[in-house]
Amino acid sequence: MTTDDDKHGPSRRKVLECMTWAGTGVLWTVAGGVPTSMGLIDGAIAAETKGLTFLQISDSHVGFDKPANPNVLSTLEEAIERVKTLPVQPSFMIHTGDITHLSKPKEFDDADKMISQAKLDVHYVPGEHDILDEEAKLYRERYGRGAKGAGWYSFDANGVHFIGLVNVVNLKAGGLGNLGDEQLEWLEADLKGRSASTPIVVFAHIPLWVVYKEWGWGTEDGGRALEYLKRFGSVTVLNGHIHQVMQKVEGNVTFHTAQSTAFPQPAPGSAPSPGPMKVPDDKLRTLLGTANVTFKQGEQRLAIIDQPLKS
Amino acid sequence: MVMRTRVTGHRFTAALGVTAFLAIGLLALPAQAEEPTVKIDNFTFNPPTLKVAAGTTVTWKNEDDIPHTVASVTRTFKSKALDTDDSYTFTFTTAGVYEYFCSLHPHMKGTIVVEAKTGSN
Repeated sequence: MTTDDDKHGPSRRKVLECMTWAGTGVLWTVAGGVPTSMGLIDGAIAAETKGLTFLQISDSHVGFDKPANPNVLSTLEEAIERVKTLPVQPSFMIHTGDITHLSKPKEFDDADKMISQAKLDVHYVPGEHDILDEEAKLYRERYGRGAKGAGWYSFDANGVHFIGLVNVVNLKAGGLGNLGDEQLEWLEADLKGRSASTPIVVFAHIPLWVVYKEWGWGTEDGGRALEYLKRFGSVTVLNGHIHQVMQKVEGNVTFHTAQSTAFPQPAPGSAPSPGPMKVPDDKLRTLLGTANVTFKQGEQRLAIIDQPLKS
Repeated sequence: MVMRTRVTGHRFTAALGVTAFLAIGLLALPAQAEEPTVKIDNFTFNPPTLKVAAGTTVTWKNEDDIPHTVASVTRTFKSKALDTDDSYTFTFTTAGVYEYFCSLHPHMKGTIVVEAKTGSN
């Protein structure tokens, strides 16, 4: 399951099932090429540590106190504790939004206090729950410095180009997530002149591809962003928002959504609404967690390990 | 037998009676439910379409575990984020069709149809 040329190995669906059962996660590896295979956690750990490892954390929803998880700070703490004990320490974290539940100063404070215990740099993008105050002032003040527009930006690490996008503002009635012209133009310019062999990681709160339109799980103009990314050999799109792992590979683009650290949400269409899903207490931590991503230069593999709080 | 005679024999009167009854019903409505309420639950507005007379104050109440907003498509009105059990009210003074949505979950849509006041003309 972890061999490099596992083209005839388990189907994606199979691997996903494995991941759920094992409670560990899937890994993908890529560098400057097309991600053609994936395997389970052992492969990632075995990988040389020479590449880049970073961690995705998402949907902390600090301030949420409803039955689906009355204590989201303690599950966030557990997630951070697990980060600290990872065999390979990530270089940094990305947070794909919904840091808080209601954009309150205390929620931002509490989240920051907890997340900073990992002692890693964190690159944030906002979720719709982080911009509920007037003009999204609190988010901008804390995380938006140096970012463009509503908070988008890019940076480089170990030869990988990272792009944080915002698709939770100016949403239109009846529509999905939205990037908007200004941001798309910025993205096009940001990518211009970059070598097609540069591995790209795009992260945003709402999935860039349409997971489930009926629940608004997708981005209206995500296709335009993907157009600009088409020429790159390795593109990884990391999202949150839907509080469950979901993945898809389309050409050179790998899509992956992370679990929340706060509460699970139902599978698309499996419940009357996408609201917080109450599960038995002993099951909750199997549905919460983070994702660990590893790049290894010189190999055609990129690895993503979903890491539930409890397996 | 008596009922049937009345219906067939006094059709015109009966029709008038129905009109009068409807008119009374409309007049009585504000007294019964002064603030018509749209319930927000399961990521939907209930009822999705609400008809009210001009001058009516409509209340939205969020019964979900997730915050929602009530935002007019034409920006005529917009609530702040409503947490669980929070309410928002808006008074519709002018007749018209007001479409709104949740600006956080834009697939959630609703309509308020405001009719000109009856009885005054």
